[in-house]
Amino acid sequence: MTNHWVDIKNANVVVVMGGNAAEAHPCGFKWVAEAKKHNNATFIVIDPRFTRSASLADHYFPIRTGTDIAFLGGVINYLLSNDKIQHEYVRNYTNAPLIVSEGFKFEDGLFSGYDEPGRKYDRSSWGYEMGADGYATVDMTLQHPRCVLNMMKQHYSRYTPEMVSNITGTPKEEFLKVCEILATTSVPNRTTTFMYALGWTQHSVGSQMIRTCALVQLLLGNIGMPGGGVNALRGHSNIQGLTDLGLLSNLLPGYLTLPNEKESDYQAYIDKRTLKPLRPNQFNYWSNYPKFHVSLMKSWWGDMATKENNWCYDWLPKLDVEYDIMRQFELMYQGKMNGYFCQGFNPLGSVPNKAKLIAGLSQLKYLVVIDPLATDTSCFWENHGEYNDVDPAKIMTEVIRLPSGCFAEEDGSLTNSGRWLQWHFKGAEPPGEAKGDAEIMAGIFLKLRELYRKEGGAFPDAILNMSWNYAIPHVPSAEELAKEYNGKALSDLIDAKDPTKVLVKKGQLLDGFAQLKDDGSTACGCWLFSGSWTEKGNMMARRDNSDPSGLGNTLNWAYSWPANRRILYNRASCDPSGKPWDPNRKLVWWDGAKWTGADVPDIKPDSAPSEGMNPFIMQPEGVGRLYAIDKMAEGPFPEHYEPFETPIGTNPLHPKVVSNPAARVFKGDMEQFGKADKFPYAGTTYRLTEHFHFWTKHTELAAIMQPQQFVEIGEELAKEKGIKAGDMVKVSSNRGAIKAKAVVTKRIKPLQVDGKTVHHVGVPIHWGFKGVTKPGYLANTLTPVVGDANSQTPEFKSFLVNIEKA
Amino acid sequence: MSRDPDTLLRYTTAERINHWVVAISFILLALSGLALFHPLFWPLSDLLGGGTWSRILHPFIGLLMVLAFIGLFFRFRKYNRMTDDDREWLKNAREVIKGHQNHLPEQGKFNAGQKLVFKSSALLIVLLLLSGLVLWRAYFNLPVEMVRIAAVVHAASATFLIAIILIHVYAAIWVKGSFGAMGSGKVSRAWARQHHRRWYREMTGK
Amino acid sequence: MALQSLDIERRSATTTPSPSQRQTMEVAKLIDVTTCIGCKACQVACMEWNDVRDEIGTNVGVYDNPPDLSGASWTVMRYTEHEENGKLEWLIRKDGCMHCADPGCLKACPAPGAIIQYANGIVDFHEENCIGCGYCITGCPFNVPRISKKDGKAYKCTLCSDRVAVGMEPACIKACPTGALQFGSKERMKMYAEERIVDLKSRGFEQAGLYDPPGVGGTHVMYVLHHADRPELYAKLPNNPRISPMVKVWKGISKPAAIAGLGLIAAGALLHLVSRGRTVVLQEHEQAAKKESES
Repeated sequence: MTNHWVDIKNANVVVVMGGNAAEAHPCGFKWVAEAKKHNNATFIVIDPRFTRSASLADHYFPIRTGTDIAFLGGVINYLLSNDKIQHEYVRNYTNAPLIVSEGFKFEDGLFSGYDEPGRKYDRSSWGYEMGADGYATVDMTLQHPRCVLNMMKQHYSRYTPEMVSNITGTPKEEFLKVCEILATTSVPNRTTTFMYALGWTQHSVGSQMIRTCALVQLLLGNIGMPGGGVNALRGHSNIQGLTDLGLLSNLLPGYLTLPNEKESDYQAYIDKRTLKPLRPNQFNYWSNYPKFHVSLMKSWWGDMATKENNWCYDWLPKLDVEYDIMRQFELMYQGKMNGYFCQGFNPLGSVPNKAKLIAGLSQLKYLVVIDPLATDTSCFWENHGEYNDVDPAKIMTEVIRLPSGCFAEEDGSLTNSGRWLQWHFKGAEPPGEAKGDAEIMAGIFLKLRELYRKEGGAFPDAILNMSWNYAIPHVPSAEELAKEYNGKALSDLIDAKDPTKVLVKKGQLLDGFAQLKDDGSTACGCWLFSGSWTEKGNMMARRDNSDPSGLGNTLNWAYSWPANRRILYNRASCDPSGKPWDPNRKLVWWDGAKWTGADVPDIKPDSAPSEGMNPFIMQPEGVGRLYAIDKMAEGPFPEHYEPFETPIGTNPLHPKVVSNPAARVFKGDMEQFGKADKFPYAGTTYRLTEHFHFWTKHTELAAIMQPQQFVEIGEELAKEKGIKAGDMVKVSSNRGAIKAKAVVTKRIKPLQVDGKTVHHVGVPIHWGFKGVTKPGYLANTLTPVVGDANSQTPEFKSFLVNIEKA
Repeated sequence: MSRDPDTLLRYTTAERINHWVVAISFILLALSGLALFHPLFWPLSDLLGGGTWSRILHPFIGLLMVLAFIGLFFRFRKYNRMTDDDREWLKNAREVIKGHQNHLPEQGKFNAGQKLVFKSSALLIVLLLLSGLVLWRAYFNLPVEMVRIAAVVHAASATFLIAIILIHVYAAIWVKGSFGAMGSGKVSRAWARQHHRRWYREMTGK
Repeated sequence: MALQSLDIERRSATTTPSPSQRQTMEVAKLIDVTTCIGCKACQVACMEWNDVRDEIGTNVGVYDNPPDLSGASWTVMRYTEHEENGKLEWLIRKDGCMHCADPGCLKACPAPGAIIQYANGIVDFHEENCIGCGYCITGCPFNVPRISKKDGKAYKCTLCSDRVAVGMEPACIKACPTGALQFGSKERMKMYAEERIVDLKSRGFEQAGLYDPPGVGGTHVMYVLHHADRPELYAKLPNNPRISPMVKVWKGISKPAAIAGLGLIAAGALLHLVSRGRTVVLQEHEQAAKKESES
């Protein structure tokens, strides 16, 4: 979230789209209720289904799954052609006035630089036009035909209300109603907040859907504002923490990136990531990359990391390709992977195309599952009749189950969607032989290190030399790990302004990432978390909910990264002169000498507004990007592409380029995509409030609340197919079939799309062959193996199915 | 035809047993029913071992009574048809209560009053059975409105039946010599001659 | 839930006053249907606090699960899809005991002390006194109590009388994530409802209102409804509920009257016996019978 949960209450318009906050985030959803009750907010929901969220909405709008870019692109077109944008904001705080380079083109659904066989773009033509001074050129009058705003106008002029309705199935008048509601927040003192979740991320164009939302919010001047923002609702209590700590194959902690195999030169690696400002006088915070990186290396390898050995750069793995989950299972499937560790992860339920997963897991030599539960994955080799029809005799994989404790059985912090690190204390000991996750990992590490020490190996250095200074080496405590993430001084840190003053003594914990150094005098496990456990104590365990401003920022409650800041880009809540846009919601302001306010200002604290330092300090141009230059795999402007399994078989905007041209598809998976002639209905998966993923099917109470697998269809489709509520039905895709009870509802309506009637079939996940619920099928029996081109998040939200009475 | 010079056999052993099964079931039902009927009678629930046992046993005893009553019904149906004499007798009920019966029409095995007890009991027991089944939640789950009506029907029928049985019992106490009819089964010929002259004639041929 | 209490307003099948020295505040639970997302956290909290578990059932073609109240499910969500003027509404109502000021269950109950109404308005079942007859079900205008298949006793929401007695809110209130469930003095709840109704009216729900039906003397569980003029839209919430006339007829004056009637009959019989004496066989019949038997 750019903002945070409590801040939702400050919104004037709340939009839930690409998510179902009431269903999947009922506790956070209270802030929507609060905005309605006490801020007179208008609440709208845009979703293929009339959801639990929609039940409380002032307005609900149907949309075909996978067409959110078309919808929001239409909103952009409306805002631009009806002049409903926050002008001052757009001109000063976005890249609207920057000039796009001449080489950039968009034709027939493709941007310039497309490499068709490689299914990827050469993005070099997507930059700004650079001036002789080394900075990007601008036209503050916004007249230049190639300035971002005009390019944007041109790009989205195709997204007329008629076109939007034709693609999304949302009736035109209803679409225009959304535009009108959103446009009311283009004035400086009104805001819209967008709340989204996996309804956006789980598409082959998921990242671009979120981008389109960001574009709308930038045009409306709603980023950095209380009650505004683009707010990702994370699906696990600590999934924000997972990404923050870089638990993805291509990341290091704090969104630092792993080098690829071509980056063998340390300085080149660093230079590429230490961005140069694109406009004068900008903070350009990523210019600090070396400080974050060196401190991380010092944290990992301690004294072994020296300037001379490039801080152990050579010990870092260098990626040939990204090892996302779909690639992992592709490799398994091809027999190119021997062993696999699943920790707190049930891939048999969470990765697409179950049949392929079973085939892959069956070829492993060993599978290690670290989990509190007997997950479906850990029992993939068991025959459970129709629900998991395998022959155990033919599966040679050795499965090792290491029982772990659950979150309540250990100390630690959880990072919520709003980036708050909240400390929690162990509530009970793990049962039986179960151990904490850190203890299990430490045990494996120590054993491996022992083996390397004894037997050597191809490349033992990184492991043998890893810092491991825990009081009890096989049980690193949560406190020790948290302090490691926060970072400490390895020698006295001297004040740059007063050399006699020692800021932090050797060995002391750092106050924050501003103290990090690139000379090896600081160690820090995750720069973003620096400040969370200082010499003053555990900032994450703070529980003072006083809220002097009334905006709900509660700066003394837990710790919010970065720097305990609650609303990102909050400098943008002020006009260029440093005065809040909305006098009733004063978040931060320039008091004549410094930035101050109800939140930690997101700007250099002493940079006077007259210096022209802009609010988006992580960008080298200092402004929000309406045009993403080279950051996105499929183009600088989001463009609507159909799901890989599209019920209309074409793309009304450009029939030659139907689906995301930059999405990676493995050979074999492409052939498994279904077509609308055999599988005519738009399938989509989702969660229910009563359950959490595949965990709570092991819990009696949750099983009582929703005991048996079901699918949801509209009354019209049910009538067509002769299906009544409570019937058993069979839902099939080109990859497999599931059987479930039918819930027949008025809440799913057929949509008119491109001259066709499109029906949705809703497939809640949550059931499987393990647990105390009635046994069910893993929903990903149906889903296709393709993901977002940037994040490789699988397209679980849009695929094709057929349905019949079982 | 009895050979005994003093007595006549009024009820066979089987009839007597049948009667007492009905009678005892009725007493248990009435007392346990009253216990649930009004707090005043709640202590009577202890008769069957407390409230819950009363609730459990009452319907089963009820079934027993119904079955036994069916036996009684078919045994005595033929003696309980109303005649013109009965109607005449009823017209003079006031005289009967005063104990003047000499100038009344001759009565068969049962007099008109007894016939009315028989008929109304039969009707009320049918009502009690039907409404009782509706109320029997342990085995039936019927629409609540039906149960509400059944509860009223059950209580009202029971009230009337208790009233009738009170009269029935008192009549037995009042008419000396009656009790023996359901005890030994025998009544004196004189008793029969006085109270059930026609039956007496049929039995003795006099 | 049995609790030593000195604040008993009424007790089932009891004709004399119960301990009532202690006066407590009249409480109420307010269910703001217009803020409820049907998450069932209240159902879970209810089962957790009371340590009861319903069976793991089946899907019956709707979201409702467990599909009905039972001995172990003292509250359930009822989901209704209502379409009006082309606009769909998903009306979600938390169903359970309404804690009537004039409780039909208590009126109908024959077992002394099986149903207690406290001064704070809570109507509580004391299952150790319950005989399992199910008359409470006939008395209830909301069709709430259920006889457990396990032990044959009647169960329903206690409004967490045990928690409320020690100053805590009921478990469902504590668990509700959106603030749809509120708890406090009945007066405060009415004021809170007023605020909600003003907001709802401003959003076009002109018939928004509070459900506190006078037919049962008002309730200690109240609803804020968007369509207060048509409560039946919400899974047949009764419009103007009353204790059934059948229950009133049966439980009102008629019972004492019936008892008096029976008493009169018995007394009459006694009087008759005393005044008239028993009928004996007359001499004339004795002789005649003797003669006839000999002949």
